[in-house]
Amino acid sequence: MQFGIFTVGDVTLDPTTGRVPTEQERIKATVAIAEKAEEVGLDVFATGEHHNPPFISSNPTATLAFVAARTERIILSTATTLITTTDPVLIAEDYAKLQHLADGRVDLVMGRGNTGPVYPWFGKDIRQGLPLAVENYALLHRLWRETDVDWQGRFRTPLQGYTSSPRPLDDVPPFVWHGSIRSPEIAEQAAYYGDGFFANHIFWPASHTEQMVGLYRRRFEHYGHGSADQAIVGLGGQVFMRANSQDAVREFRPYFDNAPVYGHGPSLEDFMAQTPLTVGSPQQVIERTLGFREYVGDYQRQLFLMDHAGLPLKTVLEQLDILGEQVVPVLREEFAKLKPAHVPDAPTHQSLLESRRVAA
Amino acid sequence: MRTVAVVSAGLSNPSTTRLLADRLAEATDRALRLGGEQVEVVHVELRDLAHALTDHLLTGFPSGPLAEAIAGVARADALIAVTPVFSASYSGLFKTFFDVVEPGTLEGKPVLLAATAGTARHSLVVDVAMRPLFAYLRADVVATGVFAATDDFGGADAITPRVDRAARELADKVVGRLPVAAVADPFAEPVPFEELLRG
Repeated sequence: MQFGIFTVGDVTLDPTTGRVPTEQERIKATVAIAEKAEEVGLDVFATGEHHNPPFISSNPTATLAFVAARTERIILSTATTLITTTDPVLIAEDYAKLQHLADGRVDLVMGRGNTGPVYPWFGKDIRQGLPLAVENYALLHRLWRETDVDWQGRFRTPLQGYTSSPRPLDDVPPFVWHGSIRSPEIAEQAAYYGDGFFANHIFWPASHTEQMVGLYRRRFEHYGHGSADQAIVGLGGQVFMRANSQDAVREFRPYFDNAPVYGHGPSLEDFMAQTPLTVGSPQQVIERTLGFREYVGDYQRQLFLMDHAGLPLKTVLEQLDILGEQVVPVLREEFAKLKPAHVPDAPTHQSLLESRRVAA
Repeated sequence: MRTVAVVSAGLSNPSTTRLLADRLAEATDRALRLGGEQVEVVHVELRDLAHALTDHLLTGFPSGPLAEAIAGVARADALIAVTPVFSASYSGLFKTFFDVVEPGTLEGKPVLLAATAGTARHSLVVDVAMRPLFAYLRADVVATGVFAATDDFGGADAITPRVDRAARELADKVVGRLPVAAVADPFAEPVPFEELLRG
């Protein structure tokens, strides 16, 4: 099982000090967080993609390539890549290049994005969000697997004899996950291709994630990629920890109460009850996280959101120490004990290369 | 079995809005039973859901009792929607509930609209504020809207005939229709991907 973190790259006022980091501070902090993630033994660092303030997460491949140069082991991923408004031809080129630079330590999570005006800014119609996700990914899938592609669709200029370059490293396309909060069509898409499905899991109740993952698993089997329990599932999560759970709650509450996404709404306690957010001791985080398996089955990847809502870098790095030293080692051991042998791990460049050798 | 959902946005307790809602529910129940139907009435009192409604606006998902209330309205064969008049229109709480009901939920659903206010000066609110909202939601609204001012709760009984007429109109729309089918579950029967690919 893979453990890691994902970031949305928000530049947010720290409600306890009134300070807003500069864009450069936040960009550099993102890199420091990624390096720390490798140092404490995590497997995955994923960055979001936004094209508007207060975010600094545009141009994700620049960030990921920079991180790749400063790390050796960690997998670089996205959360999410905007498959709706980004030209699939550019995605094909950019992430293949990243694969070469990072020696294959790359995968992607596709998403549609949740900022309305991004669609018109990039010349698209938000009402076509789903058809864009379907058509663009179908093209991207071909571009990573075929050369001299002739293609015509509804949303971009046709291609005649186009070969995306560089080709994917070792001709192994990056593994793709499809992310969605609430669209069954995206679970269906992930199942159709035999790709992974990543459930956001942090904004909505567990019962909803259970429905989405259940649909993906059934359809994964329907499309002949393996049994339902062999489908590749990733989950988001959100935690804040201190040795003493009361300290965690006291310290995190102002960040929660003023968070851009859900602040000024439900109480921290209500939100913890309604969603997978866990604020407490490392032991509480371990117990809650092990419980996710009860409603999504054995899964392959767990990412935590650790660095949002104005939390200062120092605090985030402390959180990563706790996660890496006290939580993930226990989770690794416990999840491994529970997982049946026929349930695969998340595909990596090496494992995909290996299965191709075996098949050949 | 026919289900009638009654959404009431009164804030005080006891509330004249709830009082009017109850009278409309009873009259609709009677009219439907006269038509040979079994009836179940489901009450949604928005005051109890006020915090959950605000949370929904901010988090994007309905918490427990609000999710049940929304599902109850979706499953109902008919809806009675009653609001107090605030600043010449329906109340913000009333509007918020219909803001978070999933698009399409009220399409073609028989609906009876009613409002209460301190004086008769607001009596057109049903027609100039509520009707356009429910037209947008593509509800099938009955011709008679019921407005009750405080004075209507005393003196000569002017409300009962209007309540009965509106309830009969609502019952007429329900009787003879197929019961509301179970709401289609996109998780049980997803659109096959080949169909999505064809666009």
